[in-house]
Amino acid sequence: MQWETVIGLEVHVQLATRSKIFSGASTAFGAEPNTQACAVDLGLPGVLPVLNEQAVAMAVQFGLAVHAEIPEVSVFDRKNYFYPDLPKGYQTSQMYHPIVGPGEVEITLDDNTTKRIRIHHAHLEEDAGKSLHEDFHGMTGIDLNRAGTPLLEIVSEPDMRNAKEAAAYLKAIHSIVTYLGISDGNMAEGSMRCDVNVSVRPKGQEAFGTRAEIKNVNSFRFVERAIAFEVERQIELIEDGGKVVQETRLFDPERDETRSMRTKEEANDYRYFPCPDLLPVVLDQAYLDHLRSQLPELPADKRARFQTSLGLSAYDAHVLSASREMAEFFEEVHRVCGDAKQAANWVQGELSGALNRDNLTIQNSPVSAHQLGELISRVLDDTINGKAAKQVFQALWNGQGSSADEIIEAKGLKQVTDTGAIESMIDQVIAESPAQVAQYRDSEPEKRGKMIGYFVGQVMKASRGTANPQQVNGLLKEKLDALL
Amino acid sequence: MALEESHVRRAAHLARLAVSDDQANGFVDDLSRILDMVDQLQSLDTEGVAPLAHPLDATQRLRADEVTETNQRDAFQRCAPAVENGLYLVPRVVE
Repeated sequence: MQWETVIGLEVHVQLATRSKIFSGASTAFGAEPNTQACAVDLGLPGVLPVLNEQAVAMAVQFGLAVHAEIPEVSVFDRKNYFYPDLPKGYQTSQMYHPIVGPGEVEITLDDNTTKRIRIHHAHLEEDAGKSLHEDFHGMTGIDLNRAGTPLLEIVSEPDMRNAKEAAAYLKAIHSIVTYLGISDGNMAEGSMRCDVNVSVRPKGQEAFGTRAEIKNVNSFRFVERAIAFEVERQIELIEDGGKVVQETRLFDPERDETRSMRTKEEANDYRYFPCPDLLPVVLDQAYLDHLRSQLPELPADKRARFQTSLGLSAYDAHVLSASREMAEFFEEVHRVCGDAKQAANWVQGELSGALNRDNLTIQNSPVSAHQLGELISRVLDDTINGKAAKQVFQALWNGQGSSADEIIEAKGLKQVTDTGAIESMIDQVIAESPAQVAQYRDSEPEKRGKMIGYFVGQVMKASRGTANPQQVNGLLKEKLDALL
Repeated sequence: MALEESHVRRAAHLARLAVSDDQANGFVDDLSRILDMVDQLQSLDTEGVAPLAHPLDATQRLRADEVTETNQRDAFQRCAPAVENGLYLVPRVVE
């Protein structure tokens, strides 16, 4: 039987506020345990939550970025369950009236086509603390620093049909929240976490199959692996006459499998009700308009503009717009050198290669966008050739000069375009290579084109890479053919 | 709606309340009467009435995103039964 996979994602994004969603405790990562957990976060008696205006603004910015409806009124509810890292006994969340209504996100697939994934809603809630299960004399250690950190939970519709689409969706969300600056998107530190709902159904069937929810899927790569495993598990189960049960499963990246955590019917009775400590949040149109006016250009718009007004390929436009830092770097390079295609090639080629090699992010690039732009300008105005440009790039990378011009001057890399100078170098090379000249003369005319490479190499070497390669080629051919 | 003892047991379990058999029977009656009152409320025609999320006719005030709390871990942990390395210790929880 042919099976179809149906995937929906719940993405939890930690918002980059300075303080917590309902208290004035710091959200900074990596502090000593429990030094950033105040009376409100601990759920001590008599405390009252007060909502952080920045968390509201960030949630709304996300909503506007995914073209969502933003309801005038949203309401906080209590989600009741017991766990030691949730000291209040409930998580303050939004069940019935979330701050962000239905919207949509455009994802880019491997073949550079795009697909729209609908967003069901996004709601604000608080993060829980962390349980440390290392052995504390048979007890569990609790760090509540994370408790109360604002989260935006973004719930998609079940619109994805394979693991690659799910990964592309997660990347699109990552790209939007980092463009907006509402989260650092750091998956390794847990700033962005993902639960995946997966089900399978016979191809052509409209009704959804029973889904399993996979937790702990915390990297782009794991999303694909967890889904691949889970889809196979469900198909095998059904084909062997079994039934998928609705349950929560945990992804174990080390063993590359998902494991049952608990069946939903037992534990999940959260008895939601409106939180009496918090009043309804009311947002007026002027506020929404103000936030809308502050939105930066978003990845999808940038990608479109890179293609239509800069003439970049779909692939280049996608890669260069994927992160805000990459896009800003590219745009500065382009602004300085004026040639979008060259700027794209250098950023994706020489620069990305060097960043990967030295394991650096583009924010930490030793070569600034301005320096790279100037370097490309010198290639465009024929001051240096492509080979010398790579040398200049390396020198800039190694901090051997503050600008391309300075390095070109210091290393004498200025391209030699003076015909007389090139001709005298060619004469010398020909005079010193009688054997190769004889070989050239004696070979078939169609093979000579290849043999000329040797002479070009020698002349370039003699010029220390500074001769204009096209000129060398042309002049060499003339001179060698004159010897025939 | 008529409650049964099993409902009371389940609600008590979810709320982590220890309830004796005698108490459970008493709660069946008490809680059933509360649900009867809810049924009475439900019989009202609320067509066109917006759901009430809060009894106060006010909207949420927001606070500026500023860190105003200082580290008071030592004070908070004085009333905790067990702490170590700055962590609160609780009976082992394993999923």
